[in-house]
Amino acid sequence: MNALSKDMSGPLALFANRLNTLAGAERQSAAGALARTGLPDRKVEAWHYTTLRALGKQDYAAPPMQVEASTVRSLLDGVLQAHSAMAALPRVVFVNGRHAPAFSALPDDVDLSFFADDPQFGQQAAPDRDPLVALNTALAEDGLVLRVPAGVDAGHVMLISLGVAGADPLSFHPRHTVVVEKEAHLRLICVQAGQGAYFHNPVTDIQVEDGATLEHLTLQTEGAQAVSLGTLYAHVGQQSVYDSFVLGLGGQLVRHEVHARLAATRGVVHVNGAQRLAGQQVGDITSVITHAASDCTSRQTVRNVLDGHARGVFQGKVLVERIAQKTDGYQMNQALLLSPEAEIDAKPELEIYADDVRCSHGATVGALDDDQLFYLRSRGIPEQEARQMLIDAFLDEAIALVEDATAQTFCRAVMAARFAGKGESA
Amino acid sequence: MPAVTQTREAVEKLGQSTYKWGFETDIEMDMAPKGLNEDIIRLISSRKEEPEWMLEWRLAAYKTWQAMEEPKWAKVAFPPIDYQDAHYYAAPRKKPGPKSLDEVDPELLRTYEKLGIPLHEQALLAGVEVPEGERMPVAVDAVFDSVSVATTFRKTLEEAGVIFCPISEAVKEHPDLVRKYLGTVVPAGDNFFSALNSAVFTDGSFVYVPKGVRCPMELSTYFRINAKNTGQFERTLIVVEEGASVSYLEGCTAPMRDENQLHAAVVELVAMDDASIKYSTVQNWYPGDENGRGGIYNFVTKRGACRGARSKISWTQVETGSAITWKYPSCILQGEGSVGEFYSVAVTNNHQQADTGTKMIHLGRNTRSTIIAKTISAGRSDSTYRGLVRVQPKASGARNFTQCDSLLIGDQCGAHTVPYIESRNMNARIEHEATTSKISEDQLFYCRQRGLSEEDAVGLIVNGFCRDVLKELPMEFAVEAQKLLQISLEGSVG
Amino acid sequence: MSQFLEISGLCAQIDADGQKKQILRGVDLSIPPGEVHVIMGPNGSGKSTLSYVLAGREEYEVTAGTATFHGQDLLAMEPEERAAAGLFLAFQSPIELPGVNNANFLRTAVNAVRRARGQDELDAVAFLKMAREAAKALSMAPDMLKRNVNVGFSGGEKKRNEVLQMTLLQPTFAILDETDSGLDVDALRIVAEGVNRLRAPTFSALVITHHQKLLDYLVPDRIHVMARGRIILSGGPELARQIDQEGYTKFLAEVA
Repeated sequence: MNALSKDMSGPLALFANRLNTLAGAERQSAAGALARTGLPDRKVEAWHYTTLRALGKQDYAAPPMQVEASTVRSLLDGVLQAHSAMAALPRVVFVNGRHAPAFSALPDDVDLSFFADDPQFGQQAAPDRDPLVALNTALAEDGLVLRVPAGVDAGHVMLISLGVAGADPLSFHPRHTVVVEKEAHLRLICVQAGQGAYFHNPVTDIQVEDGATLEHLTLQTEGAQAVSLGTLYAHVGQQSVYDSFVLGLGGQLVRHEVHARLAATRGVVHVNGAQRLAGQQVGDITSVITHAASDCTSRQTVRNVLDGHARGVFQGKVLVERIAQKTDGYQMNQALLLSPEAEIDAKPELEIYADDVRCSHGATVGALDDDQLFYLRSRGIPEQEARQMLIDAFLDEAIALVEDATAQTFCRAVMAARFAGKGESA
Repeated sequence: MPAVTQTREAVEKLGQSTYKWGFETDIEMDMAPKGLNEDIIRLISSRKEEPEWMLEWRLAAYKTWQAMEEPKWAKVAFPPIDYQDAHYYAAPRKKPGPKSLDEVDPELLRTYEKLGIPLHEQALLAGVEVPEGERMPVAVDAVFDSVSVATTFRKTLEEAGVIFCPISEAVKEHPDLVRKYLGTVVPAGDNFFSALNSAVFTDGSFVYVPKGVRCPMELSTYFRINAKNTGQFERTLIVVEEGASVSYLEGCTAPMRDENQLHAAVVELVAMDDASIKYSTVQNWYPGDENGRGGIYNFVTKRGACRGARSKISWTQVETGSAITWKYPSCILQGEGSVGEFYSVAVTNNHQQADTGTKMIHLGRNTRSTIIAKTISAGRSDSTYRGLVRVQPKASGARNFTQCDSLLIGDQCGAHTVPYIESRNMNARIEHEATTSKISEDQLFYCRQRGLSEEDAVGLIVNGFCRDVLKELPMEFAVEAQKLLQISLEGSVG
Repeated sequence: MSQFLEISGLCAQIDADGQKKQILRGVDLSIPPGEVHVIMGPNGSGKSTLSYVLAGREEYEVTAGTATFHGQDLLAMEPEERAAAGLFLAFQSPIELPGVNNANFLRTAVNAVRRARGQDELDAVAFLKMAREAAKALSMAPDMLKRNVNVGFSGGEKKRNEVLQMTLLQPTFAILDETDSGLDVDALRIVAEGVNRLRAPTFSALVITHHQKLLDYLVPDRIHVMARGRIILSGGPELARQIDQEGYTKFLAEVA
């Protein structure tokens, strides 16, 4: 019944064992699509700037059922201790893609269940169009299914994904669903962290129903050897708000891909972010914001600080469909290169079919401003410190876009802990 | 009086409604059979009396082309092109050189008249000697289907040391120069259409400006597709030596036809130390009718190499014609402190599709580039700005500024902006801005309150929108371009 | 044709967020030739809407009533036809036209109107001479003709530019929509003089203002008070002074 093995050449061979033993039509069809396309390379326009070479040549095994509790505990503490308010927030912890009840502190005001108990793939994900979504669809084991009932303000919920691997690479492919029903409100803080050689491949299906608000922070502090390729879909209803921010700091190769759809009038989407990378890191923030209804607003500000041999990628497409009159779209990508080997590749894209719109984008690339640097130094601040101040200020302006005070403070605390006293690596 | 200023007036008199350049000239043609193969390439080469190396070069390009595929990444859609269903060589039949205007094929003269080329220049174009009296400021090379029919002012130019002649002639007369530079900026295998062009190009212009010479006049080329089922594959090569400069104008027209015709040109520019090249295009190929029938497929590769320090290449284009435009005039900024500029207005109406922009490749230190692109879409058309700014590791101090603005007229069209920005140098600075909007009701009403018709108001606002580009054009071209913009948008409002 | 401008029972609405909003609720107003009339009234009473409807803005839907100008049905005309017929609106917020040179714009407009009126078009030299003189009379900086239409103009410069356009287009009926707002006393005087220069037995004006000050220079013939989309009170010039001293409240209460 499953005759895929002969097609599982190239990088797909890394998952061949698991892809050959799938049950269920959806998984098989996804694996079939994957077998046809393979994993994307540079010839695929959406992957022009990011290669998957970092996946390497070793097989990716399914994660073991047992994980050393002390390792998990120390990773979790690392997350929660960054800021004093975090430990008190309700949290759902996943270890290697599986729910870990022992470490979770489940929230009250929401309906909570798990993908493993009743696998539902949702309507938004398009495995036939995106090989990484197909890979997830084929191999997803578990995930958070969270629903905020209509009219409820559910406060904060943390979704913490920890990867724990040894020398042998393993992969996990969680499938999360978040529904904020009509007039409800949720502040979702997702944290990704871990250690060892793992491949994290989450797909998240978000629906913000009419009049609802979802504030969504993703703090990406994956382990240094990790590859993390996540795809997020957000369906935004009438007069509802999806306000998201991604802070990218960790991992070896990380891609955060967002597909946000403004499906009804007067919706608002923010897909903001910042990344600070060094060494050999590659960080890719890709988004497609589709205006499919009139009078909607989208905002996107992404800032990149790149040191060492790091490479930042920003691809941001704003698609305004014919029906989406009175669209207000704005997009800005800025990058600061701190070393001669750092690189930024940006592709801000407007695709517009409605005439009564106001859309703009901008992009800047450069080094620290010499005038600013001189000004600080003329006031007696040593050069290294002055540089650090300017870098911090550059990123902090982006972080200031996080409206939820707890999430904003959390971002700043994590940044401070990670980069205190570190200037550029010149 | 320069040719271009009269073009429009002459053409207006023809009284054709939408596309005013759509006349066909009935001239005896020497045509190769349909189809493309090595024999056709040999035929072209022998008709042109080319040296052996040129034929070898063409055949190598043909081999490369056969292994290539049509590019698919542009945001344009068209039915598959049957490359075997076209004539790759068509030329007005050669007769002994005329002694006076009376002896010139009257059809050819009429064509020039329709194109608005002044009589003195018509005489020159037709190969008639005219006594050197008044000095005219524009030298013209007219390329008719595949063949350059006449080049004016060669004598004046020769005295200045400037070579301006059909490239077919340059291959024979200046083989060392042609061999040295041909294909060095756009290699035959650069892309599908450049490979095709390299195999079958039949004519085009060659310009060589020696060291220290400022070309004494504007050089101008008219390209015209005339015969049915022909492709036009012209090839232009401009080499400007150290400290020299030239300004080159290019205008294009074609008759109205139901079927699509292919135009795949290659333009190569080379600028040495302190040299400067200004290349201006007003592209007005037949765009097809209001239902999208017919029109030219304009698949063009234009690229300039700023090889020398402080050299400068400036592209200015006003693109109003063609059913499909696929065109990215680019600059390779190799020389230290070299400068690349791209100023573009692209107008699409009815069912036109345009995917156009530029590439600025910064290789040398302190190189600078400026991109100003204005896109106007109306009717059911789609227009895309696609541009690449790349800063390589050695290009310290590189600067780019890009401004892309799109204007939509009506709610059935599309306007898209696809910039690629790549920097591998920490001391480079790149700034990109893009906006999309429509003509505001406020602006329209304000103009109409002051007595302007809606169409005139749109014309005024569109010209204002394009001002930063139009002001880069030589004066006569600018006037023509402004009117062209308005004509292209006729019927798009109200 | 008894009157020059005759407005009767004029009602108009606008589409706001998908809902029809009635703004003019039956305006009656006639202005004889040679007179300057003033409309005063609290914010939101419909003064600017009246001026837009008379000039032909499409967003405003006329639901009832008539407006004739020189005996012609004004409401049936396109905006540019109204301009050619002699109607000029000095905008409360003049519109910016990026990239459009002011002199070129003025000349295009003047010639479009001249054409429509059967007059000869002006060539560039004749036009520039006329425009420079007019600009000078309004104490405008010479470079204002070279700049883009209203782009980067200060509030005062924009208003003067409106009056300059009015001077050049030679309307028979001008609506000045709060042209005095944001002007200092000197500028106010210059603007008023610009209007006064046009005054003739064949020229009328409708001045929308909040302030008595402008009227000191303009000397109006009639004052109308507008509220809730209607003209509720008309009188001589003394009415304006009364309002200036006592405010609208009293008058509104009297009518209510």
